[in-house]
Amino acid sequence: MAESVRAYFGHITEVVKTFWEGLTVTLSYMARRPITVQYPDRTEKRVADTLPSRYRGLLEVDMAVCTGCLACERACPISVIKITTDKDPTNPKQRVIAQFDVDESKCMFCGLCVEPCPTGAIQHTREFESTMKSIDSLVFRWVPDPEKPVPVYRPVKGQDAPRAPVGELLRKRMAQTSWISPPSILVPEGPKKE
Amino acid sequence: MKISLALDSTSLTRRYPRLAVLVTLFMAFGLPLGLYVAALAVFPFNRPELLNAAAKEWLGWELAASPYRNLVYTGFLLLVAFIAVNYTAVFGGVSTWVERRVAGRMQSRIGPNRTGAAGFLAWVADAVKMVLKEDTIPASADNLLFRAAPYFSMVGLLLPFVVLPFGESTVVADMNVGVFYVTAVTAFVVVGILVSGWASNSKWALFGGIRGAAQVLSYEIPAGISLMVPVLMAGTLSLQGIVRAQGGCPWEWFVFQNPAATVAFIIAVTSSLAEGNRTPFDLPEAESELVAGYHAEYSGFRLAIFLMVEWANMWIMAGLAVTLFLGGWQIPFVSHAVYESARGSGLVPAPTWFLLQVASMLVFIVKTWALVFFFIWLRWTLPRVRVDQLMTLCWKYLVPGAFLCFIVTLLWLLVVPPMAVKITGILLTVFAAALLVKFLRDTRRNIDRVKGDRVDLSNW
Repeated sequence: MAESVRAYFGHITEVVKTFWEGLTVTLSYMARRPITVQYPDRTEKRVADTLPSRYRGLLEVDMAVCTGCLACERACPISVIKITTDKDPTNPKQRVIAQFDVDESKCMFCGLCVEPCPTGAIQHTREFESTMKSIDSLVFRWVPDPEKPVPVYRPVKGQDAPRAPVGELLRKRMAQTSWISPPSILVPEGPKKE
Repeated sequence: MKISLALDSTSLTRRYPRLAVLVTLFMAFGLPLGLYVAALAVFPFNRPELLNAAAKEWLGWELAASPYRNLVYTGFLLLVAFIAVNYTAVFGGVSTWVERRVAGRMQSRIGPNRTGAAGFLAWVADAVKMVLKEDTIPASADNLLFRAAPYFSMVGLLLPFVVLPFGESTVVADMNVGVFYVTAVTAFVVVGILVSGWASNSKWALFGGIRGAAQVLSYEIPAGISLMVPVLMAGTLSLQGIVRAQGGCPWEWFVFQNPAATVAFIIAVTSSLAEGNRTPFDLPEAESELVAGYHAEYSGFRLAIFLMVEWANMWIMAGLAVTLFLGGWQIPFVSHAVYESARGSGLVPAPTWFLLQVASMLVFIVKTWALVFFFIWLRWTLPRVRVDQLMTLCWKYLVPGAFLCFIVTLLWLLVVPPMAVKITGILLTVFAAALLVKFLRDTRRNIDRVKGDRVDLSNW
């Protein structure tokens, strides 16, 4: 009898104690800052800038240090990259790059193209917001005009290639175009679609 | 170019942020304020003799002798009903937004904050979405009952508004059987639940409906008996009479008048939570077991009605508890005679009377919202109870407790002198205030316990 009475009132005090504890916990969380990051428009910094430096985002090519060795094109398992090299008509000793296309819609961000690059011209950036209205807009033409080919870079011994900071070129390019702007007509043809 | 324009202007409010703020302010303050003003302008004059006098004074029309008088009275009542129904709908909507935002912060997230300023228009968007959705009726459902069920619930929600006082004079009708009436008509909600559960012809819905019926029937007993405590203390069943028997200051509220009333208040709130199917007692729609319970088969507008009833019921529960135990609309240090003298003798009361009315409504609304916040807070703190726990709580704890409070109150009223009641009121108020301080300190301690956490109300 006495034991069951104790159990009965024990339940009541237990309820009061646990309610007290539970309510203080939930109220205390209400006074704290929610951890939610309000992507995309209410973040303190751009989210791309908060990612780790080795994040494998969109590919970026610095044509100023590209040697035109085609190592990246060969390394790509799914032919995302298409490069066309040529000889400068005015100076036959000078090789030029007439086309350097990277199809980001096909890229799987494996990083195999970055590995063999001798000068670090092709790099992953931390940019990832690549929504485009047309899938063809995702073919990034790093030689914008095939009529004006870019001369290849010749590495200098004992000196690092003067590569532009990773991400800067890509950001500049993406700022120039809106996600709804129509794709450029692909002449010459870009990487094969499968 | 044209296409790009169309795509950019997906949302008007995104293009004009100020418009969003204006619309939000209108919906958040203008709409309820308009309803409160309408209630204040219409409710006190909802009496035949006042209408007769007004018709004679302003129109020179002998309404009392006119054959159309019943038509006029009915029209006026429809106006009153229109205000009450719209108030329920708006409150139901706003409280869903409040609930989602509070729940969000309690779970370290934000909640809806995109539609309108601070996401306030989310409830409007939800309502529009609900209305536009297809109203499906299962092929094997009982067609008539299935269609009728939401309206039973809605009637059960709307009827208490007849007697629930918003302010000193802002009440539709001051019935002399107020408390009895409220306990009777709120049971209509469960008729809707049971009918919808049966008519859906689905096992989940049926389980939900039966659970709802069992729960409401059980909890009617402690609820009814604990509501008898303020009735005993006031000596009347009229809600206005019960409020008038209390005072504006906390120690004059019934909840602090004697210890048994404090316990009765807790029992009344608990059992009204159970009757309103609020968490932790939302067994009829336990989503982890019954999908959505009694409204599992509903969609579109009928589902919207069920959800509106569920949320707007919070106002009834909180309003009733405030009226019976927490002093209702009483303004501190303003006695009944002040209202009388402020009214004047004219047909239209003096401006000071209206000011007093506004103040009393404000007191009631603030108290009720505080209790509504408590209900929301409780929902995001406690897990749902099991059916056996529900029944144990009711029959083993609340029913004996309510009877005990009833008897103790009777003895208290007979034995304790008025002076001792006053001292008890002040002592209990001080005790409650001390508990509140301790509670806030404990909350503070919980924040300080985690390294790097602090009180921070940013990130909306």
